[in-house]
Amino acid sequence: MATLIKTEEEQMLADSARGFLDEKSPVSHLRKLRDAGKTHDPALWKEMAEMGWAGIVIPEEQGGVDMGMSAACILAEEMGKTLAVSPFLSSSVMAATALKQVADSRALDALSKIASGELTYALAMDEKRKFAPEAVETEARADGNGFRISGTKTFVVDGGFADRLLVLAKTDGGMTLFDIPADRAGIEKTERSMVDSRDAAKIVFTDVEATGEDVLGQVDDAMSVLKPALEAGQAALAAEMIGLSAGAFGMTTDYLKERKQFGQLIGTFQALQHRAAHLWCEMEVTASAIAHAGRQLDEDPANAGLAVSLAKARAAETAKLAVIEGVQMHGGIGMTDAFDMGFFMKRARASIEWLGDYGYHAAQVASLRGF
Amino acid sequence: MSEETDLAQFRAETRAWLEENCPAEMRDGGRTEDSTCWGGRNWVFTSDAQKTWLERCAAKGLTVPTWPVEYGGAGYTREQEKIFLEELGAIDGRAPLRSFGIWMLGPALLQFGTHEQKLEFLPPIARGEIRWCQGYSEPGAGSDLASVQTKCEDMGDHYLVNGQKIWTSYADQADAIFALVRTDKDAPKHLGITFLLIDMETQGVSTRPIRLISGSSPFCETFFDDVKVPKDGRVVGTVNRGWDVAKYLLTHERTMISSGGGGVTGGGRSLGAVLAEEGDALDDPVLKASAMKTELDTLAIGLTIERYKDMAKAGQGTGDASAMLKYMGTELNKNRLELMMGVGGSDALEWDGPAGSRPADWLRTKANSIEGGTSEVMLGIISRRVLGLPG
Repeated sequence: MATLIKTEEEQMLADSARGFLDEKSPVSHLRKLRDAGKTHDPALWKEMAEMGWAGIVIPEEQGGVDMGMSAACILAEEMGKTLAVSPFLSSSVMAATALKQVADSRALDALSKIASGELTYALAMDEKRKFAPEAVETEARADGNGFRISGTKTFVVDGGFADRLLVLAKTDGGMTLFDIPADRAGIEKTERSMVDSRDAAKIVFTDVEATGEDVLGQVDDAMSVLKPALEAGQAALAAEMIGLSAGAFGMTTDYLKERKQFGQLIGTFQALQHRAAHLWCEMEVTASAIAHAGRQLDEDPANAGLAVSLAKARAAETAKLAVIEGVQMHGGIGMTDAFDMGFFMKRARASIEWLGDYGYHAAQVASLRGF
Repeated sequence: MSEETDLAQFRAETRAWLEENCPAEMRDGGRTEDSTCWGGRNWVFTSDAQKTWLERCAAKGLTVPTWPVEYGGAGYTREQEKIFLEELGAIDGRAPLRSFGIWMLGPALLQFGTHEQKLEFLPPIARGEIRWCQGYSEPGAGSDLASVQTKCEDMGDHYLVNGQKIWTSYADQADAIFALVRTDKDAPKHLGITFLLIDMETQGVSTRPIRLISGSSPFCETFFDDVKVPKDGRVVGTVNRGWDVAKYLLTHERTMISSGGGGVTGGGRSLGAVLAEEGDALDDPVLKASAMKTELDTLAIGLTIERYKDMAKAGQGTGDASAMLKYMGTELNKNRLELMMGVGGSDALEWDGPAGSRPADWLRTKANSIEGGTSEVMLGIISRRVLGLPG
């Protein structure tokens, strides 16, 4: 088994990411965006792209840095610590992974543009309230040499501003993934005001025209392109969630060391000490599952499903515990909007749902482990 | 690349050696209490195969693969040891010897012992000729281990030991004991303790087994009544600094408890496969949900043990983090056996019934989160030493 700790190169990446994010995207940056009614920061993404983050899994021939999914998870974790807003997961992890599966001249061109930061993507997949990749009703019916797409997608993360959409739709013999511009005729986007202040759109497709050129991969075979993309996204999101947990936990332990009640620091109370220590243990265990998922995606991506679902399931439980304890141990101040803990709680909730919650991924693990 | 080639070659040689030398009777995994070879002066081998297997392994240093060759080991690296254990596992081969000498005293001597002590004590442990037990806890010193009171006086030409130990595993069958004794009652409690080696056949040493809720008696009370201990080479480390040795060993023990016992490894048998043999247990949605969570935790904790090994290899991390592995591993093991009792239903209630020795297994796990430092002691260590929370 490959090492579950960071290589020297990965440690340098983590350190430089931390330095950049602390300066450019502390939690107060998310607060500013929210207060201004914004869900996205193109200038910040441009800077991230200049640092090579947008091309973290993209080959060097397409202008990427090609460091692999372990490195992508490290970046996502660092972003999670201060809740940095970016289209990293949608564009640079999921869309880039999908395009890499195809790697024809059009896909390679798109990869170059993702790496440079000039092109963003969103994945239009969910239709129901829960993640269910197989339960798609949006239809792409054959029409002459092409297709007409009709249906409604509900939780299109980054779908409000993305330049292009990966759209999952039913076709005659299965499901097909389309790669189309987000402004094509018949596409109607409604931005949803989400609890985590991030971009998520409801998108209605009405007889949207698509040609064979727009199909990513093969007709009726969406999953051979989409499955690796989803797994990459799930692992990176799990990494963001352990970063988020660490961010909330750091605030909480700081508070335990400075807040006094009953004439003493509340961190001296054993009831709180043991809960904090338990949470730290859960975070350590989850971090191992995430490190393993990253390595598995880099070494044997065809067999990474178990590792990825283990990571995302554990991350869901750990992040939930971290923010619940975070608010509770802060007491009243944790409930105030002026204090940052609420942002962690809200992002945890959204990331638990996105790309499959605990129940979904626990069931995946169970079925892969012979239950 | 050449390292990988060397390891591949090593694996092939190991496999061939095992194929030739591991007796057929020793290829049953050795998972039962009865199948364990503990060694010692009075050990009665349960079969010729058990004796042959021990002798063959000891001759190659394979009872303690990572110990230096001059002290009875094979001088293996961690990678080589891992390969040996994997290949042994592949033929379902038994461990040739298990003992507290291997797990506890050996590592303490390797870290703190003199060359003479290592030469005197390690090879007999490696060959299974002596059986050691651990004398730490006392009736008044459980979680607060540093308050041990067993008195050890320097009488000039010997030490005189008086007091009582409790929870000494298999003391009634052991040849010798490594014990924490108080050599300075006026010093702060951590600074008056000495790590002392005592032969159990010395006059004044007696033991009494303690019957546990599981029905078995793996633990004893051990009494010292005017026990004379020679001074030559019987103190490990320095007089009054035995707590350093004890702490080192406790860290070691915690890592061991967390990774042993319950088969808590990523490569282990899936709970799904285990439960498939338990009738229609998984039809119950509540049991199934509980089993799924246990499976996730088992896999993730197994990966954490791997990650911590990688950290140790890279010189990262601290021993204090072993408290995490101990806490998470033992709580998991308790959950796992609660689950097995649930799926076993009334069959699991019967001593040696259709579900095997499950009641005893279940009850035994309750000690996991007590022995070697309770879960609460572990959480205290983490909160103070890892998280830096106040007093």
